[in-house]
Amino acid sequence: MKHRTFFWFILPTLSAMILFIALPIVSVFVQSLFVEHEQVLVVSESCGPFGCTETTSIDAEATAALRAESPLGRFNGLGTYFDRSHLAIAEVGEIWGESTGLASFLSGLMDLKFYKALFFTLTYTFVVTPLVLILGLAVAVGVNNLPKALRGIAIFISLLPFLVATIVGSMILSWMLDGEGIIGATLQILFNDPSLSIKASTPLMWIALMVYGVWHTLPFSFITFYAGLQTVPQDTLEAARVDGASKWQTMMNVVVPHLMPLVSFVTLMLLMDNFRVFEPIISFQAEAHAQSLSTFIVSDLREAGNPLYASAGATSILTIIGVAILLTPVLIRTWRDFNAKSH
Amino acid sequence: MFLKKVAIAGAIAGLMGSAAYADCGPSGKSVRILGSDFPAIQAVAGQAEMNCSSGAGEFTINLRDNTRDMMNQALTPNPAEYTSVIVANSTLTQLMNDDLVRPLNDLVEKYGQNLQPHQLITIDGNVMAVAFMANSQHLFTRTDILEQAGVEGVPTSVEEMVAAAEKIRAAGIMEHPIAMNMKVGWNVGEMFNLFYFAQGGELFKPGSAEPNVNNAQGVAALNSLKSLLEYTHPDHLSHASNETQALWEAGQAAMAIMWGSRGGAVLDDEGSTEQVTANTLLSAAPTAGGGAVPAATLWWDGITIAKNIPDEDAEATFAALVSGLNADLMVEHNDKAIWLIDGFQPGPAAAGVAATAGSGAKPYPMIPFVNLMHNALGSELVDFYKGDESAEDALADVEAAYRTAAKEAGFLQ
Repeated sequence: MKHRTFFWFILPTLSAMILFIALPIVSVFVQSLFVEHEQVLVVSESCGPFGCTETTSIDAEATAALRAESPLGRFNGLGTYFDRSHLAIAEVGEIWGESTGLASFLSGLMDLKFYKALFFTLTYTFVVTPLVLILGLAVAVGVNNLPKALRGIAIFISLLPFLVATIVGSMILSWMLDGEGIIGATLQILFNDPSLSIKASTPLMWIALMVYGVWHTLPFSFITFYAGLQTVPQDTLEAARVDGASKWQTMMNVVVPHLMPLVSFVTLMLLMDNFRVFEPIISFQAEAHAQSLSTFIVSDLREAGNPLYASAGATSILTIIGVAILLTPVLIRTWRDFNAKSH
Repeated sequence: MFLKKVAIAGAIAGLMGSAAYADCGPSGKSVRILGSDFPAIQAVAGQAEMNCSSGAGEFTINLRDNTRDMMNQALTPNPAEYTSVIVANSTLTQLMNDDLVRPLNDLVEKYGQNLQPHQLITIDGNVMAVAFMANSQHLFTRTDILEQAGVEGVPTSVEEMVAAAEKIRAAGIMEHPIAMNMKVGWNVGEMFNLFYFAQGGELFKPGSAEPNVNNAQGVAALNSLKSLLEYTHPDHLSHASNETQALWEAGQAAMAIMWGSRGGAVLDDEGSTEQVTANTLLSAAPTAGGGAVPAATLWWDGITIAKNIPDEDAEATFAALVSGLNADLMVEHNDKAIWLIDGFQPGPAAAGVAATAGSGAKPYPMIPFVNLMHNALGSELVDFYKGDESAEDALADVEAAYRTAAKEAGFLQ
């Protein structure tokens, strides 16, 4: 395709992406560099149904004047990125100085919420992603080998977890796992331990979240691989059979290499999605045991009442950087394959 | 104490006969109300609609969950999305931090004949809200189970609760007799407040935004809480009001620290059995560590009027809402809340809040930076409850997390 034609083809998408993705990211970044004005406080008497007390409130006029002067707030540079809620440079340095070895350093690090969340998010990503890839391929091959009449219904059933909204699916599972729910209560009876609780144990909660993650995203990799299986060239398969290759050998040497571009694509999507894990944590009410960068953004914007925009902005940018780092190896690989083919 | 005043005033007003018609202010104006979705607010908003919707140009009511997440955004544009938001102590602070509600002095003078002086929330002489109901946490007990376990009387302190819980467990009646709202986040923070205030603690150093929780009172508060958590359901870190109410109504708890506003729902004839409701007793929140102050915070819910709206809309909205706050409302809705309104007759569902307020519990503080502290408590104390950290370390983390947020919000340097 000529460069000119390509440019006109891509223009609508490109402008939409700049307008709705790139510019908002720039805006989030700019906002993350500023913090609120110094608050002007006044002390006065406040009365209500429970008597009078001395109370502090914000001087609205003085604050409005400050805002009119510089609407973005006070420039703070990368200060927010390095504070205790994010990269916590000073605290990490302190923990490093006080630690007696790697183990004590890591346990100190786990006291900082950013690193604790990062640890969970990375574990989740690196457990769920390969499992979804392997199991998705297995289900796709299984369905592909079914008699034609059964395939339709098998595909429908395999897609079900994906059709259920994340928040609904995880809430249903959460209720089942509850100490009063069918799975939780059954486990208590089986192990004869009334204080056994999935929701009270960090390792069990992590396992539950990851099992849910696999269950929910499996259909995505399944349907992609299933579509890919339809394009495996029949003559190559036949040639393999003629050469006496076993089913397993055919699978590993013909089918999987053929599907490799799809594997890269699915891996990219899964890494991105899993790194931003959010809904299961909320519906499982698992905040005591697992947090992710996304739950921090929401709590900065909502729980604080008066939102902490800089903090939420900094976490968003750090999430984007995290995703970019995770994707780099896959992208480099794809680029190499692309170059190899074009030469 | 305040309930008695309300009840007497109500009786007098009842004798004199209350106003027969409602003054709805200027006609043809727009009234748009936002509030949380629970029975008392439904009653207040519904009454306002009944009285005044015929003369209004527009009358909408939007009651939903988590209004605090969006009320500031809704009131920021000019004209604002709503003319009134129904708030509580903490959400009034949140709106005032962004200067989104107007002083009501002139409107109270014009339309507030039925209001009691204690309903007016004044800050520096300006009436910023009109309260219509009170709320606080307090103790719910199952008298039949306590009796069965051989516990005499109703526990009045944490220590007595623990002793009673141990007896119930030892008698094999229940493994987890205590229920509390300990869901990570807001509830964990609030439970700390209760016990910290009961120990006489102050969240901030006097006259400043400097945190003040890492001290002996803070440690004592955490230890009181932990002694209770020995006897709660193992899933307690995921239990909020809906979960604890469900446990109670299912007969799976014998003592609970829950909101007074749940009292009506627990005692009504829905969702539970006769055995549970007939034996549920509401009493003052427990004291802790030998103190006299109950572990509770006092709350009110009330009306505010948005700042960024035309004055006439504000007047019509205030008139409509206030028209419902009188003895007439009590005829049908008396048991739906602990009303601060003229004509309220405190029933069994109000006994717990009345006793708690009467024995000197503190109101939830209306300080611009209290939300930041509440959040820090809600997220950083979890490690202590899970047993991963000492009380002192957890409280030090709370102060560090609060400082980070308060610096960003401009309250600390």
